[in-house]
Amino acid sequence: MPGKLKVKIVAGRHLPVMDRASDLTDAFVEVKFGNTTFKTDVYPKSLNPQWNSEWFKFEVDDEELQDEPLQITVLDHDTYSANDAIGKVYIDIDPLLYSEAATVISGWFPIYDTIHGIRGEINVVVKVDLFNDLNRFRQSSCGVKFFCTTSIPKCYRAVVIHGFVEELVVNEDPEYQWIDRIRTPRASNEARQRLISLMSGELQRKIGLKVLEMRGNAVVGYLQCFDLEGESGLVVRAIGTACTLDKLSNTSAFLPACNSPSKEMKEIPFNEDPNPNTYSSGPSTPLKNQTYSFSPSKSYSRQSSSSDTDLSLTPKTGMGSGSAGKEGGPFKTLLRQQTQSALEQREFPFFTLTTFPPGFLLHVGGVVSARSVKLLDRIHNPAFVGIMGNTRSYKLLDWNSFNSDEPETRDAWWAEIRQEIKSHAKALGCHAVVGYSESTSICEEVCILSASGTAAVLNPRFLQDGTMEGCLEQRIEEASPPGCGFCHIPYDELNMPFPAHLTYCYNCRKQKVPDVLFTTIDLPVEAIVVGKGCLIQARLCRLKKKAQAEANATSISNLLPFMEYEVHTQLMNKLKLRGMNALFGLRIQITVGENMLMGLASATGVYLAALPTPGGIQIAGKTPNDGTYEQHISHMQKKINDTIAKNKELYEINPPELPEEIIGSPIPEPRQRSRLLRSQSESSDEVTELDLSHGKKDAFVLEIDDTDAMEDVHSLLTDVPPPSGFYSCNTEIMPGINNWTPEIQMFTAVRVSRLSNINPTNQTLNKNFNDLCENLLKSLYFKLRSMVPCCLCHVNFTVALPEDELVQIAVTAVAITYDKNQALQANKAPTEKSQQRASTDNEEQLQFPLELSSDPLSSQPFSPAKEALEGASSHTGIPAAQRDRCNSWIELIKLKAQTIRRGSIKTTTSLEKASPLAEGYLRHRSVPSGTNSTVSVVKMTPLSFLPGAKITKYLGIINMFFIRETTSLREEGGVSGFLHAFIAEVFAMVRAHVAALGGNAVVSYIMKQCVFMENPNKNQAQCLINVSGDAVIFVRESELEVLPAPPPAAAAQPAGSAGDVTT
Amino acid sequence: MSSDLDVFVGNTTLIDEEVYRLWLDGHSVAEAVARRLRGGVLEREGTSVAVLQSDTRDHYRTFQMLERLLHAPPRLLQQLLFQIPPERQALLVQRYYAFDEALARELLGKKLSKGTKKELDEVSARTGVGIRSCRRQFDNFKRVFKAVEELRGPLAENIQQLFLLPPALARDYAAIVFFANSRFETGKRRLQFLSFGDFAACAQSMMAHWSQGALAPEAAEPDGDLPKSFLQDLKELKVLVSDKDLLDQHKSLVCSALRGKISVYNELEANFKALSRALVNVGGKLTHARDVRDFFVDLVEKVIEPCRSDKWSPGDLRLFLTHYTAAPRNLPGFRHQALWERYMAAISACLLRMYHD
Repeated sequence: MPGKLKVKIVAGRHLPVMDRASDLTDAFVEVKFGNTTFKTDVYPKSLNPQWNSEWFKFEVDDEELQDEPLQITVLDHDTYSANDAIGKVYIDIDPLLYSEAATVISGWFPIYDTIHGIRGEINVVVKVDLFNDLNRFRQSSCGVKFFCTTSIPKCYRAVVIHGFVEELVVNEDPEYQWIDRIRTPRASNEARQRLISLMSGELQRKIGLKVLEMRGNAVVGYLQCFDLEGESGLVVRAIGTACTLDKLSNTSAFLPACNSPSKEMKEIPFNEDPNPNTYSSGPSTPLKNQTYSFSPSKSYSRQSSSSDTDLSLTPKTGMGSGSAGKEGGPFKTLLRQQTQSALEQREFPFFTLTTFPPGFLLHVGGVVSARSVKLLDRIHNPAFVGIMGNTRSYKLLDWNSFNSDEPETRDAWWAEIRQEIKSHAKALGCHAVVGYSESTSICEEVCILSASGTAAVLNPRFLQDGTMEGCLEQRIEEASPPGCGFCHIPYDELNMPFPAHLTYCYNCRKQKVPDVLFTTIDLPVEAIVVGKGCLIQARLCRLKKKAQAEANATSISNLLPFMEYEVHTQLMNKLKLRGMNALFGLRIQITVGENMLMGLASATGVYLAALPTPGGIQIAGKTPNDGTYEQHISHMQKKINDTIAKNKELYEINPPELPEEIIGSPIPEPRQRSRLLRSQSESSDEVTELDLSHGKKDAFVLEIDDTDAMEDVHSLLTDVPPPSGFYSCNTEIMPGINNWTPEIQMFTAVRVSRLSNINPTNQTLNKNFNDLCENLLKSLYFKLRSMVPCCLCHVNFTVALPEDELVQIAVTAVAITYDKNQALQANKAPTEKSQQRASTDNEEQLQFPLELSSDPLSSQPFSPAKEALEGASSHTGIPAAQRDRCNSWIELIKLKAQTIRRGSIKTTTSLEKASPLAEGYLRHRSVPSGTNSTVSVVKMTPLSFLPGAKITKYLGIINMFFIRETTSLREEGGVSGFLHAFIAEVFAMVRAHVAALGGNAVVSYIMKQCVFMENPNKNQAQCLINVSGDAVIFVRESELEVLPAPPPAAAAQPAGSAGDVTT
Repeated sequence: MSSDLDVFVGNTTLIDEEVYRLWLDGHSVAEAVARRLRGGVLEREGTSVAVLQSDTRDHYRTFQMLERLLHAPPRLLQQLLFQIPPERQALLVQRYYAFDEALARELLGKKLSKGTKKELDEVSARTGVGIRSCRRQFDNFKRVFKAVEELRGPLAENIQQLFLLPPALARDYAAIVFFANSRFETGKRRLQFLSFGDFAACAQSMMAHWSQGALAPEAAEPDGDLPKSFLQDLKELKVLVSDKDLLDQHKSLVCSALRGKISVYNELEANFKALSRALVNVGGKLTHARDVRDFFVDLVEKVIEPCRSDKWSPGDLRLFLTHYTAAPRNLPGFRHQALWERYMAAISACLLRMYHD
């Protein structure tokens, strides 16, 4: 019984009218956790009830604490009939389970009903008393921290990066249970929400256990997804990277941190096995039974899954042959062996991180990806996985077989894909895969599983006992220039896995680099880039015959290679057209629909100084001797050349001219190659490697001998560059811009369009799809025009095909303004940085007198109102004069706000006394500049950082799943009105949870799923949204510096309070 | 290719002032798009009509969702659904409650009832304010009226508290509520030369000087109603015109003070009794609701028009009113000096405000 959960229901406000007669509501609250339920008294006849309940106490296992959500239901008491539900709040108490995060959850939560949306708010206080449980066989994993952020969180230091963790849980989807026919949509939605909440809790706990087994204490780059497989069930799966993190006790200084985790590691006896190639086959569950024992240079023992069918694919050349580089040969060899040894003992040497500590990433091979088409109705029958069988079996309510068989099958599917990825990485001479992610696309019973990542060679130091200092030394020894090292090829020049064109690095001129580089990771900080980057998308539609089961899966499998090929060609061409030579953050999404497949690849193109200047694009016609045709060709050619020139100017790509002789590399032939290794596999069928290079001919001679090719060329030229003042990228940071101002605007845009063609062809569909994406981008630029100059960062497109001819595109991104005056300089000189900082400071100082407010309750202890105001003044763009005019009555509003709040403070401050938060608040109030706003501002961003701010504390993961349904679609403003309101509600609920945790921002926010279904004839619609992110407290850098003596103490306070519990 | 569904939701709610204006003016999406096109957005931003339509629709949806909250502005501050910076919230409220003076002028003194709402079509035609905008503004008047009708204390402050309006706007609303409550006649032909501003100023001076709140802040009666006891007391002032002696003495005091100081001295001397009678009787009639209606008509008919026909200058009127108010202090046997000055303060302010062409 190692935990006590305490809940207090304080008050409600703005409740809906439930009693038409009196226009009032008799509200009470049910608080449920696990199987225990408490109730408050009925607060009669009020829309703003003050329950001020006692503390409801739940004594529970920590396992339960991790799995179960706290469920708060607000009801209207009715003497004569059943009580009517007003709505619910689900609170994930996980953030309270690790000592460093939040200590109390307290605040106003929107009361949510799946049919009516938000109906008023409720003020709740939640606390957890945890007792230490030293039980070795425990099933809980309290204390393991989770981060969505795909880099080492800002106020932590990575001691060890252990590696890949994954898990999946399967259950039946309540929506498809027989009972769903007789229960109300509300009950069904709530059952689903609750189930998914439970499943994600369970999943997180299981992953946590794996992390503890690996002796880690955190999961970074945690990505949890749902597969709504309809009849066949509901899969919740997650991947992440296990790490041992150390809290930086002072966020501004690197103090020697306590290394207890790594010490523990060392205590484990080495398993001295002289033969490095001893494979002992272990159980198929990865990671669980491995021994984590290895030393940097010694041999190792390896246990791995028995399914190493791919070992034959291991490159035949010895890894450490040293032929890859003339420099530092023997050392490198050693290094490689170490890395290899460190990684190979892992079943999957994958990392979901996209940004790494300096020195972690040694070389990058290229993108590796694998896809597989599966039939969902086979899951029941593992023996017939794939499309071989002919029988179809629909699942009945067979819970046992369900629970026992399915995860196995799913595990096997993913294991298969991961094996493939691993073997691809090996073929590229890499031991590891970074920037790894997995996704699915489901249409009826067909499911495409995809995985992709970037093959890489890593520095072993981080993977083991992780003394950072040692690693830094090593980097110096190695003498690989930091700006280009990662571009150097990891594979053997003489035995290349694919035809490629190598030159000596344009930066160090010592090692070989490829001509283009595709990766799924973010641009490494140390990379030397010329000019700016830009968002590059390849878009593609392929028609497919409607078919059932096996036939369907086969035809999809057959189409996939062509799609990949075409997506790749498009990316290549578009990259060339922009005069760039590398892609970062590449994400290729293939979506399956009833009668078509869609491919959408997004990446950020950059010009890496280390890589050669890309050649142009040549057009060649196949029918010479035709005057007009020739003329047409030359016209097109000219257009292309013009575009390239224009783009070079736009993105400021002026690489320093290098005389050819200096490079002096033997340039065999002007052939351009890329590396994108991937495969399709259809069930267990063997993969045929597809050579993505264009046969014998030069890849960048486009032959336009048929209309198809003409279309391709045209579509190349239709991509409109963003309007002036705008840049866009899908990575965390925009290469070439580094002077961000603190103003950010995160948004989600969703569009559903009908591809209304009677006889659609691939070309018309392509064009439609292309237009749809371009228009969407245009629309975003227009919407955000007031923020210019700005950059859309982390632009994330997701495509779905909900029905025949319907395409749904959802985009989430953040617009960040930057300072134009300093935008020209791409150099990241520290002096300049400080200069920029100074300038932002000034700006903020200017705004200071206008400063409005921070809510004392709102736990924005140190970055009060400035925030609100900045947002305000910047978004508004109101001329200053007008602002002044407003001021006097803004004062009034503030006053009003204060009075409004005072009422609620009375009830809560006393409760909060114990928490550092409340202290922060009190302290803050004593500061005279402290002002008030009604609702605390919570920033949201898909990035892992906030420009101009320092994250001082991570409060825990936010992972929320909502269903909204309506049976009065027209009345709610049609599909757009319905979805608009729902997305706004989701944002509001995320913000409320973050604020209740004491945070003022969500970083690494992602909308993982947005499933929208409508039935206009029935006036109905339903939507499911799943979002996640990390709740944080941030402090404006300017505030840290500008404020004099006392505030720094206050500022250090959250860090300190968090730091003292570091284990 | 048509977009069935098209939404954009920002973490900070985007508010486009131009579109907000168009929405407030009651334009449909199509009209708003057309107007924006005419405004030249297309050329400036190099975008397409489709983009403009989508943008306009998004904003309209946002405003429709916000409208519910705008009906109770304090809720706008507390709500969690839209993250809007305080400045923008203030702007939203202010613009939503701003009104066309022409429309307000038409509705002054009318009962804010369903019947009046039905007549808005004509009002819309007369004032040139779009019918939808008329209805919204009418609803605003009615909502504010209902909210403060029963409240105690200064009207303008109550309105400012409940609707978070800027002080000037709150005072205008107070005037509207005051007129709707007292149902002063403002529609007569001879009152047409008076603007909304004139009436609002009059209402403010009347509330400032006559209401209970003006004397005791913890007044028992709402500000919108003039205190009964005060109106009752005004009858006492009739002595100034009914008592022949007092009237004569009053006249001689005023005339001696003004001799040579105003250009219309002869006219003043001739009309003093008529003017004095009119000024005092206006107050005496205020106890009867029916007569209250005629307050402004009487002032115009019996004071302003005679003065105007005698070509009094505003300065003349001011001087006259000052001395006319002050003189009874020196009248033997007149015991209502305080009441008289309280009464005349508002009357003078009204007259001076109304005395123009």
